[in-house]
Amino acid sequence: MQHTFSGLSRVLHWSMAALILAMLFIGVAMVSSLSDYHWLVSIHRPLGVLILLLAAIRIANRLRSPAPPLPQDMPPTLRYAAHGSHWLLYGLMLALPLVGWGMLSAAGYPIVLFGSLHLPPILPHSDSLHALLRPLHTALALALFATFLAHLGAALTHALVFRDGVFQSMASWRR
Amino acid sequence: MPDAHPQAPPGPEHRYDLAALLIPANLRRLGLIGVLVLAIAALFAWTGGWLSSGRLDQTAMINRFEEVNGKHPGFRRNHAKGVCFSGWFDSNGAGVRLSKASVFRPGRVPIFGRFALAGGMPAMPDGPAAVRSMAVNFSLPDGEVWRTGMNDIPVFVVRDAQEFYDQLLATRPDPNTGKPDPARVAAFLATHPETAHAISVIKEHPFSSGFSNATYNSLDAFRFIDAAGKSTPVRWSMTSVDAFAPESTEPSHDPNALFDALAARLGGGPAQWRLLVTVGQPQDPTNDATIPWPAEREHVDVGTLTVQALQAEAPGNCRDINFDPLVLPSGIEPSDDPLLSARSAAYSVSFTRRAGEPKTPSAVQPGKGS
Repeated sequence: MQHTFSGLSRVLHWSMAALILAMLFIGVAMVSSLSDYHWLVSIHRPLGVLILLLAAIRIANRLRSPAPPLPQDMPPTLRYAAHGSHWLLYGLMLALPLVGWGMLSAAGYPIVLFGSLHLPPILPHSDSLHALLRPLHTALALALFATFLAHLGAALTHALVFRDGVFQSMASWRR
Repeated sequence: MPDAHPQAPPGPEHRYDLAALLIPANLRRLGLIGVLVLAIAALFAWTGGWLSSGRLDQTAMINRFEEVNGKHPGFRRNHAKGVCFSGWFDSNGAGVRLSKASVFRPGRVPIFGRFALAGGMPAMPDGPAAVRSMAVNFSLPDGEVWRTGMNDIPVFVVRDAQEFYDQLLATRPDPNTGKPDPARVAAFLATHPETAHAISVIKEHPFSSGFSNATYNSLDAFRFIDAAGKSTPVRWSMTSVDAFAPESTEPSHDPNALFDALAARLGGGPAQWRLLVTVGQPQDPTNDATIPWPAEREHVDVGTLTVQALQAEAPGNCRDINFDPLVLPSGIEPSDDPLLSARSAAYSVSFTRRAGEPKTPSAVQPGKGS
């Protein structure tokens, strides 16, 4: 029986954890700062594209190499919460960059990554579409942050209270 | 406490039971986890400014515009009254030695833009008190975009966002007189000598008689990066080819006199501006838009902007474009001027607000005898 996530899964998890948490703090800082807005936005765009790429790789990897099974005695409600919150996390880490890309497209902005490197628009120029997607981007970001907090709380509860090996399946440093 | 196992830790077979969570050791651990989660949430809230009310951010800045001008749904919070234009830019190649941006290679790129009056009132009458602006979007062949918003004043009146925020309130028109309260303006100028100096610089030269013979200045400094990576501080101006004539002191009865004159002018053929890049020296301030650079600085004529036609603001044209001054191609970078990031941030809030609001037609309707 496999007890830990694969090495690739763990590398993806921990690198994306750092990137997404940084991204959430950058996002919330830039929309409330006049002086730091520009350099934070300049990081936010390429970082979002990197997260989108990693999320796609991660979901493909998850479908290819499934997670180790949860403990057999874990009650059904906790199982549902665990599976539901994970697919919610995957959905949000895909949706947020796509909505961000879409809202910039709808606003008619060039989607600059760095230097002259930029992405094509994925939606037509439409102010009503932008007006819909811009607040959606914020709402999804807050939902992702809330889901992250729940995920962190649950992970630490597995580690410190249940002590059922679920935390170690991702936090193990062994190959 | 009704605990089945008060002493020994619960065995693995009971670890998910509620009773197991309620033993003191686990309650302490759960409390610790709760504190950690709440601390991260609090750090997030602090980062987002939710714990520091009264901090000047982009939302407060745009709220100040609404406070001073009233709410005009669907319109820009500043430069509210305007008209779209289309045309092209012919680069002569002289800018290549300063910037690797493709817009400066010899050739023609399509442009569109917007002429407007500074101020947040979409139906304000054209008049001598209004600063005029030209915003331009250069659509570069490889998909890059350059946007610039310029005003027909030689320097800006404040150095940073806080001063701008305070100045908006200080110069707010009195509802009774329609003019700013002289006492408040005087009090602001007394504590802001840089603004008083900038106003004296602005008053040294008369305004032009119209949009087509006005010269529009970037005000903020930028940096041009050449192919070798060399960075040069610059400012730029769209200098009218139409001959300068001073503004008439006669008040006009036509509330759209300036826009109507522009439409009539373009009815007789395209109007042109030369894009002059002012090459800064290391001692020239790049972080203070209130200070003019010495007149003897080199001006490089990098090409000619041609405005061919006007269009009333409509869905999908300049109405729905944010002329964010930090939409820049590779080869043009922001300077350390604090106004640039502040403009970018505040324009974004104004843009998103108006995008979601119902629209009413602009006061400027070229071709419809406005």
